[in-house]
Amino acid sequence: MALVVPGPRPAKRVTVKRKRGAFTPLLLLAPALLWLGVFFVLPTISLASQSLQSGSTSSGYTFTWEFSNYADAVVRYWPQFLRSFGFALLATLITLLLGYPLAWFIAHRSGKFKTILLVLVVAPFFTNFLIRTLAWKIILSNEGLVSTVFRDTGITSLLQMVGLLSTDTLLGSPFAVVAGLAYNFLPFMVLPLYASLERLDLRLVEAASDLYANGWQSFWKVIWPLSLPGVVSGTLLTFIPAAGDYINARLLGNIQTSMIGQVIDGQFLTVMDYPLAAALSFILMGTIIVLVGLYIRSAGTEELV
Amino acid sequence: MAVGTQRKAIGELRLVDLRRTYDDFVAVDGINLDIPPSSFFALLGPSGCGKTTTLRMVAGLEEPSSGRIFLGADDITNTRAYQRRVNTVFQSYALFPHLNIVDNVGFGLRQLKVPNWRVKAMEALELVKLADRAKQRPRQLSGGMQQRVALARAIVNEPDILLLDEPLGALDLKLRREMQVELKRIQSEVGITFIHVTHDQEEAMTMADTVAVMRAGSVEQLGSPAELYDNPATAFVANFVGKSNLLPIEVGTVGAGLVKVASHGIELTVDSAQFPDGQTTGLQLGIRPEKLRLITDADATLVNRLPGQITDVSFAGVSTTYLVKMAWGQEMEITQPNDGSARAELGQSVTIGWDPHHCFVVGA
Repeated sequence: MALVVPGPRPAKRVTVKRKRGAFTPLLLLAPALLWLGVFFVLPTISLASQSLQSGSTSSGYTFTWEFSNYADAVVRYWPQFLRSFGFALLATLITLLLGYPLAWFIAHRSGKFKTILLVLVVAPFFTNFLIRTLAWKIILSNEGLVSTVFRDTGITSLLQMVGLLSTDTLLGSPFAVVAGLAYNFLPFMVLPLYASLERLDLRLVEAASDLYANGWQSFWKVIWPLSLPGVVSGTLLTFIPAAGDYINARLLGNIQTSMIGQVIDGQFLTVMDYPLAAALSFILMGTIIVLVGLYIRSAGTEELV
Repeated sequence: MAVGTQRKAIGELRLVDLRRTYDDFVAVDGINLDIPPSSFFALLGPSGCGKTTTLRMVAGLEEPSSGRIFLGADDITNTRAYQRRVNTVFQSYALFPHLNIVDNVGFGLRQLKVPNWRVKAMEALELVKLADRAKQRPRQLSGGMQQRVALARAIVNEPDILLLDEPLGALDLKLRREMQVELKRIQSEVGITFIHVTHDQEEAMTMADTVAVMRAGSVEQLGSPAELYDNPATAFVANFVGKSNLLPIEVGTVGAGLVKVASHGIELTVDSAQFPDGQTTGLQLGIRPEKLRLITDADATLVNRLPGQITDVSFAGVSTTYLVKMAWGQEMEITQPNDGSARAELGQSVTIGWDPHHCFVVGA
């Protein structure tokens, strides 16, 4: 054994060589790898190949490097793509605005009710996704309380001004779709935010106020930057599924609010243009990966995690 | 020294009937304190005595239930923490993990919109000898270094008062002694009033000009370290600040000069100046271990004498500490310098004695 002089940084993790158990990590990984290999990697490859084929269900498909499927997808459906990302972005912002104060309250102000509140956040999952969304049809119906209150308080005209409503009817509008998305994905925002805010040392907030920062300044200079890991994971967990969602747009929207998920659904199951549907799926996947990559990079949270 | 040279003299800090209660628990029970400017003031007491609560009320992090806080002529009781020209060195340091060291130190200056904040922050880092770490993150620094960053972050703002909440509590003994000297040096350089909360009586004694000993939400005694040590006002202070041997005494009339008292039937002599005003019952006589002498020589002139038997000897290099058991079972602690005089042995029968001027009397 040689003497080791400790360096200024914490010593790197020492890899202990052991004869037995060398395969343990592999064994632990194997089930997940197998699962992902069979049910994710292989279908993805098959989908990729499908997106470059030509033909029809009746005559069969052949692989022909048919890149025109992609061009076709973009040219015909760019409004749906744009709308999907717009709606998803809006829904993500709404969940962030609703979820942040809620997560802060649960993490630091709820006392003994913490567990109950956390269960309540997850409670909607006990009901079926479809049922929950259908419930919003009733909530937003013309004779419903929300419609009446919105009309009476002028919120309806406000929503019309920003383009989320075209008529007096709440259902079948961009507003209804975004509201449904925000509702359905709120728990995905609250839970990561809660996890990251709960870890936040409140003594740092005291230190900030001791160093002449008022409440708002303490928030922006200390709480917000330290909660960024939670913000990033929460927004990703909300934005990604929301961008591909088709249930909310179908049940709460109309023909003018259709999202890309609906198009893919229609192309696969109704029109049965498999190559086009596959190309649409890949464009959606690629765009999300690029957006997420740019987002994580600009958030600069690597050193915080 | 650039930090703090242009300071104008700031008024004193005054706490008036300051109280803080939590439900039915009284944390701070009506404290009155005048802390003069540019002093090194220590709040000393066991945990739960209310010293940290008092400090947090001065910082503005805790609201008093009643009472006022004055900084100079200004009543700052109702101002918020960020409005007070008071900074705190937290026990946990509370450095911002997402900022590097110089940004941590510059945090307050940037809030105060000081234009050359970076220059000042670097000067403060030089003061605590950490300028070379400016670009690092707090977690890359050792506990002692983080402590110094926390100190720099507070003093760089040139506050009227610097509050230190057990700032050395997390450091090991050697580092703690170094930091005590360092803190004292920095205080005299910057001239800011330091209020230091600690439960370590040695720390309070070596660093502070004035010490307030707190107990159960009140100030038990206020004075210089020497006053507290030589003339503790209560049995609590006598035992909390240094060690004391306490003997119950019965007193006749207290005249001028030396008076006779009795303890366990033995006549003892005490200087009447030591008596607390007007009290004659429930008094205790206190003698510090190093003021007691082992009398092995029959010719010794000390008038106060007690016979006993040595039950413990512990040798500590510069001195030896003995426990001497009295006839009534009490064990008296005696510390003798190892100055060449003869040492006593375990089980030996001895007589201990002390000068009537080298003891004190405390009330119940």
